[in-house]
Amino acid sequence: MTTSKAVKNVPPHPMDSLLRTERIPHIWCPGCGIGTVFSAVISAIKNTGWDPNSIAMVSGIGCTGRMAGYIRLDSFHTTHGRAIPFATGLKLARPQTKVVVVSGDGDLFAIGGNHFIHAARRNMDMTVICVNNLNYGMTGGQQAPSTPLGAKTTTSVNGAPEEPFNFSYLASACGATYVARWTAMQVRSLRSSISEALEKRGFSFVEVITPCPSSFGRRNRMGSALEMLKFYQGRSVIRGDIDPKDASMDIDKEIVVGKFVDIERPTFLDHYEKFNHPQMPQWRSLHADSQKAR
Amino acid sequence: MVAKEVLTGTHFMNGDEACCEGALSAGCRFFAGYPITPATEIAESMSRRLPQLGGIFIQMEDEIASMAAILGASWGGVKSMTSTSGPGFSLMMENIGLGICTETPCVVCNVQRAGPSTGLPTSVGQGDVMQARWGSHGHYEIIVLAPASPQQMFDMTIRAFNLSEYYRLPVLILADEVVGHMNERVIIPREDEIEIINRRKPSVAREDYLPYEADTDGIAPMANCGDGYRIHVTGLTHDDRGYPAMNAAAQEQMIARLVDKIRNNREKIISTKNLYLDDAEIVVVSYGISARSAMQAVRNARDEGIKAGLIVLETIWPFPEELIRSVAPGAKAMIMAEINGGQLVLELERCACGACPVSLVSNFGGAIIHPNLILNAISKAAKGSI
Repeated sequence: MTTSKAVKNVPPHPMDSLLRTERIPHIWCPGCGIGTVFSAVISAIKNTGWDPNSIAMVSGIGCTGRMAGYIRLDSFHTTHGRAIPFATGLKLARPQTKVVVVSGDGDLFAIGGNHFIHAARRNMDMTVICVNNLNYGMTGGQQAPSTPLGAKTTTSVNGAPEEPFNFSYLASACGATYVARWTAMQVRSLRSSISEALEKRGFSFVEVITPCPSSFGRRNRMGSALEMLKFYQGRSVIRGDIDPKDASMDIDKEIVVGKFVDIERPTFLDHYEKFNHPQMPQWRSLHADSQKAR
Repeated sequence: MVAKEVLTGTHFMNGDEACCEGALSAGCRFFAGYPITPATEIAESMSRRLPQLGGIFIQMEDEIASMAAILGASWGGVKSMTSTSGPGFSLMMENIGLGICTETPCVVCNVQRAGPSTGLPTSVGQGDVMQARWGSHGHYEIIVLAPASPQQMFDMTIRAFNLSEYYRLPVLILADEVVGHMNERVIIPREDEIEIINRRKPSVAREDYLPYEADTDGIAPMANCGDGYRIHVTGLTHDDRGYPAMNAAAQEQMIARLVDKIRNNREKIISTKNLYLDDAEIVVVSYGISARSAMQAVRNARDEGIKAGLIVLETIWPFPEELIRSVAPGAKAMIMAEINGGQLVLELERCACGACPVSLVSNFGGAIIHPNLILNAISKAAKGSI
């Protein structure tokens, strides 16, 4: 790790107000796709124009989990797989806060898979951004629920014997109100999808296919970070109108990208309020500012 | 009609319901949980009562999620709790550690049943004493309360919230199946008679606030999410700013404070009820439902002319080390009564430090300890044959 002296005397960046600049440089490897996603998240948050004090970021464990440590928002770096249930408690305690969950594919869909599907089913009002780098990066490149069949990782040296999940399809099947997938090369589309997801009421989900050149790319002979970026982009086909079950996520054939779901559905709190309202005359006033802040 | 927060009056209710009412009286407005015998009635009561008070009840997908959710809710500024029993308690351990490390006030009530594993779901046990103390990985201090009646379920749940808010950590209530399910009289005082402690808020300017910089008593004021301080909270070892600090010196500093804030305040935290201790030759030590068997046994022993005394541990962690050290030299013997193979008796032996013999009256769970078993042990000890 380089020292922070190296970045002294650099003029402020437009995004600095949302960065914990005193924590830069970050821990991510050169060529990692997380930085691109992080930058897209920050731009999208800026574009909303919301008071930063009304937005919170919650993350799990792993490379992407470290995002929460670099953003200048109320930010919570929790336990492995548990960002979503932590965020659920935070959101229900403070409905006026916009809650954004960022984490990796292993965190959200292996150890945290159960929480993901139930939060989507409940339509918990939060935005979940998954940086999908096809392996566990932080621990040195192990097989994940996203790892393509046959791909080499440190725990599948002869090729992964499992078929991966299709996260976007899973999210839509569980009831997410917004689902989009992009590769890290498609920055403008990614940024606009994250903006839409943030503005969406309900459980919104954005999946980003990112290069992990240090681990996944190296073991699967995919070349440099730039080559990986171009490879994923080259495999991608934009199909916004497609049924999510057909939104193929296969790096050997086709990575279908685009916005797959954008629907309206009552949230957990909508239902909770509806069923309990006769008993709770003070409910509206207690949560009145929840409408105002957003 | 607006529902009442504090149900002042005399009630006939079970311990689980009393726990719920204690929590609501303490200001709890968020409950996340998962059904499990014999703690389910706490969740059921909460699901009925919380909406009446504008609070949130959510049934999560498991106990891991429940524990995570109450931590999140606490950072959202709402007093929160969950309840469970053995298997669920095991699942909560990792996030209890997150609560310790991030200093998050919340309450966990474990209505103990006999284990290990699924064990005896509908029968009593006290086998989670060491799990409550050490169940999450790493080194830390914890506060654990042990109610022995529905009334204490009410009173101690309030105290658990007060301790958690003051000392900023998850406070555990180790109840048991009998205390949870038995119906007894519960007197709920007037609202103005209930002492409520709320977390300390930062008093410095936002730019000067260090989230983990402690006041002189070791407790750091806590900014909630949305207060404008833009805090960072992590389960990684962190510095005063809350930022990860990956080195031994930071670990030393952080853990020392987490440990000291409890150890240095243990006199204020520890609570015991001492009976006939002044002239006691045989001192029984017990907690939870077993303390009631012990109470009967000690009274019977007194009737038989034996100078027996009783220490009821209302807090089992921190353990009342000083009290035991002061009592042991004057005692002929000490006896621990607990429903497990002998867990807290180890701590009793450690603290008695050889000053008097220590023995155990116990079973492995499934039934309470009959007072006569404790009485027999007292009689034997009085005759010097321990």
